[in-house]
Amino acid sequence: MTALLQHPGYDEERLKGVAEKLPCREVQAGMLLSLMGQLSHATVSCVECVSIALLFEQVLLSFFGCDAASLLPRSPSLSDFVRVYRQQCSQSPAKQTRYIVMEKAELLRDTDASLLSALLRLQELVEDNVTVILLSEIAWDKFRPNTGCFEPLLLHFPDYSKSELQQILSQNVHPSYSAGFYSAYINILLGVFYSVCRDLRELRHLAALNFSKFCEPLAEGKVKETDTHKLWKHIEPHLKKAMQTVYLREVSSLQWEQMQQMEEEEAGALRGLSAHTHVELPYYSKFLLIAAYLASYNPARTDKRFFLKHHGKIRKTNFLKKNEKTSNHLLGPKPFPLDRLLAIFYSVVDSRVAPTASIFSQISSLVTLQLLAQVSHDDQLDAPKYKCAVSLDFICAIARTVNFDIVKYLYDFL
Amino acid sequence: MLNETICQQSYFVQGCEDAESSEIRFRLCQELWDEIKTDTEVLQDELNRTILDSLLDFTRKCSSTRQNSDWTSQMRASEIPTAALMLGVNVPDHDMTFQSLSDMLKQSVSPHVASVQAKECGALKHLMKKVLERLMDTVVVVDDEDEEENVETSPRVHRSMHCSLGILCDWYTARTKKSPTGTPGKKRSSQVRDEQQQPPVVIIFKDLEAFNPRVLQDFILICSQYIDRLPLTFIFGIATSPSTIQHMLPHSVSSLLCIELFQSLSCTQHLATVIDKLILASRIHFKLNGKVMQVLIGVFLYHDFSVRNFIKGLQLALLEHFHSQPLSVLCCKKKQALFNVTQLSKPNLDRIRQLPSFKRYVEKQEAQEQVNLMTDDSHLKEVCQQLIKDLHKYHKNYYPILRCLHTLTSSLPRYPLGKQIRELYLICLAKNVWENEDYQSAMKLVKMLAKGEMVSLLQKCVEILQLSKSKKMKNALVQLEELLAKFKQLDTSIPSPIKNLQKKTDLFQLQKTLLEMNESRRAKRLSPFENLRNEALEFIDNLVKSHLSPPESQPLYEVCYYSSSATVRRHLNATPRTSIQAALSNPYYYLQNDSLKSEDGTVSNTAPDICIAYKLHLECGRLINLYDWLEAYSTVVSAAEGNDQDSENFGKVDEVKHARFIRAVSALEFLGFIKSTKQKTDHVARLTWGGC
Repeated sequence: MTALLQHPGYDEERLKGVAEKLPCREVQAGMLLSLMGQLSHATVSCVECVSIALLFEQVLLSFFGCDAASLLPRSPSLSDFVRVYRQQCSQSPAKQTRYIVMEKAELLRDTDASLLSALLRLQELVEDNVTVILLSEIAWDKFRPNTGCFEPLLLHFPDYSKSELQQILSQNVHPSYSAGFYSAYINILLGVFYSVCRDLRELRHLAALNFSKFCEPLAEGKVKETDTHKLWKHIEPHLKKAMQTVYLREVSSLQWEQMQQMEEEEAGALRGLSAHTHVELPYYSKFLLIAAYLASYNPARTDKRFFLKHHGKIRKTNFLKKNEKTSNHLLGPKPFPLDRLLAIFYSVVDSRVAPTASIFSQISSLVTLQLLAQVSHDDQLDAPKYKCAVSLDFICAIARTVNFDIVKYLYDFL
Repeated sequence: MLNETICQQSYFVQGCEDAESSEIRFRLCQELWDEIKTDTEVLQDELNRTILDSLLDFTRKCSSTRQNSDWTSQMRASEIPTAALMLGVNVPDHDMTFQSLSDMLKQSVSPHVASVQAKECGALKHLMKKVLERLMDTVVVVDDEDEEENVETSPRVHRSMHCSLGILCDWYTARTKKSPTGTPGKKRSSQVRDEQQQPPVVIIFKDLEAFNPRVLQDFILICSQYIDRLPLTFIFGIATSPSTIQHMLPHSVSSLLCIELFQSLSCTQHLATVIDKLILASRIHFKLNGKVMQVLIGVFLYHDFSVRNFIKGLQLALLEHFHSQPLSVLCCKKKQALFNVTQLSKPNLDRIRQLPSFKRYVEKQEAQEQVNLMTDDSHLKEVCQQLIKDLHKYHKNYYPILRCLHTLTSSLPRYPLGKQIRELYLICLAKNVWENEDYQSAMKLVKMLAKGEMVSLLQKCVEILQLSKSKKMKNALVQLEELLAKFKQLDTSIPSPIKNLQKKTDLFQLQKTLLEMNESRRAKRLSPFENLRNEALEFIDNLVKSHLSPPESQPLYEVCYYSSSATVRRHLNATPRTSIQAALSNPYYYLQNDSLKSEDGTVSNTAPDICIAYKLHLECGRLINLYDWLEAYSTVVSAAEGNDQDSENFGKVDEVKHARFIRAVSALEFLGFIKSTKQKTDHVARLTWGGC
């Protein structure tokens, strides 16, 4: 396989080492090597570059040293960068191609629109033998600037196949076990997780977390290394449980490791993150949230029906409009103005409540807690609009604590 | 600091009733507040201690797995240890918690602690900047030796402040290399020293919910790239539920974290401890009466769940009490109070004679004594000393008995006297608790308790009484212990009628005994246990009757009890709308100008323009014709100017009136009473209902 990686600039040994580090990527690596040759490069992670100044600085720093980087003005523009680059490269001209590698390049589309186009023609701008490599997890079509630009060469790295993953993961054999045994373990692991996760880092992590459990029957002397079926029977339910818990980060990896050492019943007591959904709220906040939920999921025209004493008999079919025939719960919450919220609040709360400042401040606390969402802009002081952001289960639990039968007030369940 | 106190004092003395004693009162008030404040801080630290300990344990475990070099640790992806701290929705209290948390962390774990708030981190670069600044600047402040050096380097740091975590990494490596020589004097085990060399860098996100998810995600992504070099630890402050994390972070990001949950004490439990330590304590002599307590607890339960606000309310009541009640000089420790009685001035003695509780006391005395009390100042002082002593004794007995009653009743079905001690306290403050129906039904339920329960409850009461030092409580303790001993003896001495039964084989005899038994049951002859239980109950009942009478029954209770619930409510639970309406419909209330006085809701025509306009608009329907409104306004104002009603110019609109009217209308629009409408151009729409 190493035959693919051949280049006069590198000696055999180094190429071999690289080939071992990059299993299953021989084709792509060989292609890159034949295109580029020896590299002098700058690697920049675009997540980290909170400003373009940082990006420029890092490039200059790795090509020309920190003196060059300090030549940049305080908040440099692209032309500053080009100027400094030209000045520096005339002093130390390139003997070979320089490469700038941008990780997570898709983030560049959120910066200044001209930056990406400029980077793609950087060679022309700085008149140097420089190449920009963009690394991204999403397709080029999705972040091509709409003003048009110089099209880059595309090189596609396909997903690892199952057998490739198997091959890669099997390399990290536990020192005290045989390669065949470990490979069998990886096979079982992939059988469970391949359908949900292809991330190599994550799979390796999961393999490490569950290996001790896999070895348990072996250590107890119950089975032999070769008895794959028995080992599979032992580990499979455990891995399935891992998929629902530690893989989703419902429990942390530390807790997971502790659980393996505990007895079955004790481990059952540990609850995952999403098991804690109960939120304790002040009394009026509960009613405000209930009012907000009603306002979000009932059409405004039906308020009369629910909150007036003598509303007359209005049958549901009579005031159904076409678009209201679908369930409001399927359509999601609708925005409502503040005064409607308060009107409903005053009619559902069972005692007389003075319109105090703290009622209003509770509304804004509900917004910061993300139980309500403010739809209108922050600047709009006059009649702000909100949406209710909690689920039916959540609001039912809240309503139960204040003995309010919310289902009776919901248009969808009439 | 000193200046501040003097400034506060002059502010306190200003407009204070009875200026003479105001200095003493200010000092007393200050002392009391300081005591309350330190108490709450200590309490807070105690409550946080358990969370902190488990948190420390967690960071330690994380760093130890990180440094291990065995196969598993190498294979595991290095996650950022993250503590999800569940704090509850009482956001105002969180500051206090985080402050003490970060102090404790700095003391015992790592000097590198930075807390960030969502509102200062709108974008990733701001977050980055804040984190770097806080981490690196704290060092400048803390370390005296390095100060000069840091001053030199800081311009460089600030110039490239937009730098990434890389800078922080370099800084951290430099710091940790230097530190081992720093603390030679202290003895530590080698493991601790290892930790000391690699102290974690803790970043606290105070309000996770309010953060922009994008910013947080990017920040975590960046941090995860440096985790090998920089031992980061996150603390997420979460107000709602842990599932927020899953809402905010996609799996690709949350898989970089090793999240563990930490539950902080719920705010109701926190309040219960605060009430237990500050309110139900005889050593703090300032007290709240039932209504004020009700207001404070109401604000807590109905509005904000905030313990901090509760304590603020307590502080407000404290200040108001010492400010407005001249006799509060007597609200202090017994010795000082007795001394202060001797120093009372003539007007203050008269104030005592005017106190309702004192009047009631006087009425109960004999005629000669009554005269003496009302005329002889020195005699009054002596009596007052005795009364103050009694008041102190009353408090010393009150709280232990209250706690005993609570232990007995708090586990009864359907909680007739409340689940929390604060509910029972409110009942007891309001009136004689033993006259309360709920008290009687609670006692009936206690009568049905089984022996085991009864004994364990009484045992708890014994423990409570043991803490008290007063004579009466010690007596009660002895009696209660005797009762308990009797309960324990019962086991051995119960003769069972069934046993006697088995001996007799004769059918006639059997019938006879059965009949007897039946009869005795009908006559409700009580078993020894039942007798004893009734005895115990009677004993408790007597204790309650003699010690739990409401404070109003105590002479001079006004000295210690603050009772103006309206003031507290007005300050804590502001009603802007009602105040505006009061100002508009009754301007005299705020302006205190005699010409504005008016009866039954009418507005005098000399009132400010906006009040007149407001009054007139109340008489209109949903839409108001501006011209009619102007005419009506002009008529009212003309009358106020004293123009002759019959003259030609009466009620005529001139430019000045027009301008004044427009100004009033736009003020009303600004306050939200009216708004312009598109339906009719010369009309405005009313936004409020009712009126005339």
